[in-house]
Amino acid sequence: MRYLPLTPEDRASMLATIGAKSADDFYTDVPKAARLKAKIAGLPDHQGELAVERHMTKLAAKNRSASSGPFFVGAGAYKHHVPATVDMIIQRSEFLTTYTPYQPEIAQGTLQTLFEFQTQVAALTAMDVANASMYDGSTSCAEAAVMAARVTKRKKVILSGGLHPHYAAATRLLCEAQGLTVVQLLVAIDGEGELAKSVDGETACVIGQSPNVFGTVTDLSGVAKSAHDKGALLVSVFTEAVSLGLVTPPGEMGADIAAGEGQSIGNGLNFGGPYVGLFACKEKLVRQMPGRLCGETVDADGNRGFVLTLSTREQHIRRDKATSNICTNSGLCALAFTSHMTLLGGKGLKQLAELNHEAACELADTLGALKGVEVLTPRFFNEFAIRTPVDAEAVLAMLDEAGVVGGVRASRLFPGDHMGDVILVAATECTTTEDIAAYAAALKEII
Amino acid sequence: MGMNTQGRPTAPASASGATLETVSGSRGLLQREDLLFEIGTPETTGVDLPKPKGTKSRLGGVKRKVDTGLAGLSEPQAVRHYMRLSQKNYAIDLGLFPLGSCTMKHNPRLNEKMARLSGFADIHPLQPQATVQGALELINELATWLKTLTGMPSVAMSPKAGAHGELCGMLAIRQALIARGEGETRKRVLVPESAHGTNPATAVQCGFIVDEIKADKRGRVDMEDLKSKLARTDDIAGIMLTNPNTCGLFETDIKNIADLIHKAGGYFYCDGANFNAIVGRVRPGDLGVDAMHINLHKTFSTPHGGGGPGSGPTVFSEALAPYAPVPFVTKDEDGLYRLVEHVDGEASESFGRMVAFHGQMGMFVRALTYMLSHGADGLKQVAEDAVLNANYVQARLKHVMTPAFDGFCMHEALFSDAFTADGIETIDIAKALIDEGYHPMTMYFPLVVHGAMLIEPTETESKAELDRFCDALESIARRAAQGDETLKGAPYLAPAKRLDETRAARKPVLKWTAPEPERVAAE
Amino acid sequence: MTTYYTKDHEWIRVDGDTGTVGITTYAAGQLGDVVYVELPETGAKFARGDDFAVVESVKAASDVYAPVSGSVLEVNSALTEAPEKVNEAAQGDAWFVRVKLADAGELSDLMDEAAYAAFCEGL
Repeated sequence: MRYLPLTPEDRASMLATIGAKSADDFYTDVPKAARLKAKIAGLPDHQGELAVERHMTKLAAKNRSASSGPFFVGAGAYKHHVPATVDMIIQRSEFLTTYTPYQPEIAQGTLQTLFEFQTQVAALTAMDVANASMYDGSTSCAEAAVMAARVTKRKKVILSGGLHPHYAAATRLLCEAQGLTVVQLLVAIDGEGELAKSVDGETACVIGQSPNVFGTVTDLSGVAKSAHDKGALLVSVFTEAVSLGLVTPPGEMGADIAAGEGQSIGNGLNFGGPYVGLFACKEKLVRQMPGRLCGETVDADGNRGFVLTLSTREQHIRRDKATSNICTNSGLCALAFTSHMTLLGGKGLKQLAELNHEAACELADTLGALKGVEVLTPRFFNEFAIRTPVDAEAVLAMLDEAGVVGGVRASRLFPGDHMGDVILVAATECTTTEDIAAYAAALKEII
Repeated sequence: MGMNTQGRPTAPASASGATLETVSGSRGLLQREDLLFEIGTPETTGVDLPKPKGTKSRLGGVKRKVDTGLAGLSEPQAVRHYMRLSQKNYAIDLGLFPLGSCTMKHNPRLNEKMARLSGFADIHPLQPQATVQGALELINELATWLKTLTGMPSVAMSPKAGAHGELCGMLAIRQALIARGEGETRKRVLVPESAHGTNPATAVQCGFIVDEIKADKRGRVDMEDLKSKLARTDDIAGIMLTNPNTCGLFETDIKNIADLIHKAGGYFYCDGANFNAIVGRVRPGDLGVDAMHINLHKTFSTPHGGGGPGSGPTVFSEALAPYAPVPFVTKDEDGLYRLVEHVDGEASESFGRMVAFHGQMGMFVRALTYMLSHGADGLKQVAEDAVLNANYVQARLKHVMTPAFDGFCMHEALFSDAFTADGIETIDIAKALIDEGYHPMTMYFPLVVHGAMLIEPTETESKAELDRFCDALESIARRAAQGDETLKGAPYLAPAKRLDETRAARKPVLKWTAPEPERVAAE
Repeated sequence: MTTYYTKDHEWIRVDGDTGTVGITTYAAGQLGDVVYVELPETGAKFARGDDFAVVESVKAASDVYAPVSGSVLEVNSALTEAPEKVNEAAQGDAWFVRVKLADAGELSDLMDEAAYAAFCEGL
């Protein structure tokens, strides 16, 4: 039991100091029937590092990693290269094994990185202010919807037909629990603009996504104008943060709230989590924001320092009137994001975005040239939808046999929406010309 | 003899430089570090990327107009930037971190190593399920551990943190009430005043109304108050109760409370933030609990990371299990694992989806690694040592500080500020601990105890460490009792002095802005 | 002009059928450094006991309740820019709103200065 420093002698001497006979004395408040005498049955006993490592490695070996071959899966999580420096930084004990910076005198490291993170997210989204992160993009989106309802004191939320269905589901759940009405527009590859027509005088917000789940990029400026004309807010969502290096960001389109996923910068795929939700808004809405905020101030000597601020919005003070119940956020993933962003710099980010876009263009050109394959997405950044003449599930299974992980079948995300022949494919800076050739060759064989 | 008289002196001279100001702004090992935006430029980069080919854009003109302008750093600069900042943080790897209710225990490095295996870290949540059978098996294995340890039949793995797990539990209760046709009538949720702030906040997020119940003199739920709140039962949705509670005490009447709530037609949500005190010794399933979240980052030692990520799997009783969220993992007869991702078929009664994808896989790997390392026997010892250490701290300090309640505690020792002289506050004691090289305890929580100081040492501290800590806190407590005014200025030896939170809140500065002349130049 | 007080530490100074409302010096002292005041919009109507404003310090956020029913004639928007005024002059410059009273009869349920002082003494 290598993580337990107390020796039997320590325990005996401590019990004597306390005035207890055994540890059982501490559990006398537990109802008798619920006191377990023996250890819980059905679970193994403790094991050494080697044995545990063996077990875990065996499980890991049953999975195919994204780096092991041509890989084209996106739709909300993306295979990007993470610099070695990033992982070294987030493994520093001082960042990895510390808590939420409630004692700012001994947490300036965490606080300054959060302040830098907020600055980066605000610039990236072209918004006024950003918070210190949310759980992930989908929960960011849901919190944006309920925040819009708080701000406008209205009860209707409208979701675009291109919003990632997981984001839509998480948003619907939270909204409906709070008595809000959620209107979901028909699923559409290029339908974000429809939001402009659906907004009315009762709408709290419209939620559009660019690039959307089918990869379509859309300038939502018109949607923002229609929303504002009716007193509603525009929530602008993204799942691919790297796109913001090249694609029109939420702030340039007049969005009131930007909500998105930051995994692409600094964070690995991790089978879906932990990721880092990005959340930014206009300055005037800051006091309605969910989540932690880090702000600049001075210490007693007049030196610049940082603290968590505006915490009266939060659950630990506001309790039942808090803007959200969020407590833990995604601090370490935010550190991964900010340190990767620091390594990239503004120019590096733009270049990375260009490389992603070019890889996707090459992929679209190559696959689109195959007879029977149709690229469905009209304007895209690094992912798009294709239609194949064969059922998508069968296509992906056969691609898999050829060593190619060919994308996500749209019917997995949209069951019952007649998308059985649609595949969502993504390319990033990790995608090589050889990968693309392998995809095309395998796909040609199948169809 | 050939004598060399050159060389440096080897004994210290006696000059005093206590108030030394340095030109660099650094102080010895503690390096000054400006904001990265003040060091770097947008042209600087720490990565080498190939040059784009200049392919024709397919963005259709949806292009960013103004570049981010974000500063970058070269790799050596970036490494130094974060290394220097790291030196301004306290961490559990540096010393005892007795933050009550937060459970800052040692984070084993094996967990980190396993989470970085490419078979876990480099797999996509939407890969074909045939290519991630090991990941699904791991989720299933962890689920089995959690169900066995809690004695509960079902678990939802997707919640992202403790508060998200609370949301999961309360949404399941909401769904169960809707299924009973009582979704509109049963809206009242009882919450003790000692609860974490997340409890009332969560209840309200789910559309419930919070009705507060009092604590009694023993720091437990006031049963008389509870019964009076249950005089009317047709509007009762349930109760949210932390056990062991936020005072570090086991709710002695817990079975009775569960029975009363069930008789009233409500459900029992247990906040499992303090499960670490009873893991392996008590199963919440034996106490009448209907739903409970488990903070993997507390009980099962996944790192807190400066404020997350957490992970909050939520266990359910038979009564609530059908309403658990999607996705979840099942094992089919052919031995293959499968994700149920939609509210349909076997999940037709599910309340829906809380989040994209399948939960905090990276945290699952760490938690399972930790559980396998400890085993069923080790986890029982974990709980006992955590409780033993807390009681030892209480016993060592009860003569100089004021224990909030009589008797033994569970995993954390709670003191009030009754022993301090006028003018000395809890915060002064907390900040003085920083000068002694410790992270302060949780202060001013729970709200039911005046000037609360909540100390949770955890099981990963040795007796020698505890003694050193108690010696330090004992001396501070004596100074507080005597009204030592120097406490008001603490900390003196930290990287920063006390910070002006009023100023931060009155005129919030939430991001860096380029100084004026620079902005003019850029335009 | 007479000033009345509530048990929730609001004051109202009445002049004819209009009243000026704020929080008491005692309340401001209890809150500590006030960092933000959220005020209603002009024209807003509320009933006695409704929460019509929020005052935040670093450590707490508190609702401010209407001492009487009425509609808002004017808000003290200077507080939004300088919330510290609440600590400096809670019962002077740092008034929150001016209201048109709906029912002057409600005033009889409130405390006068002496009664309020005694009430605070007992807290």
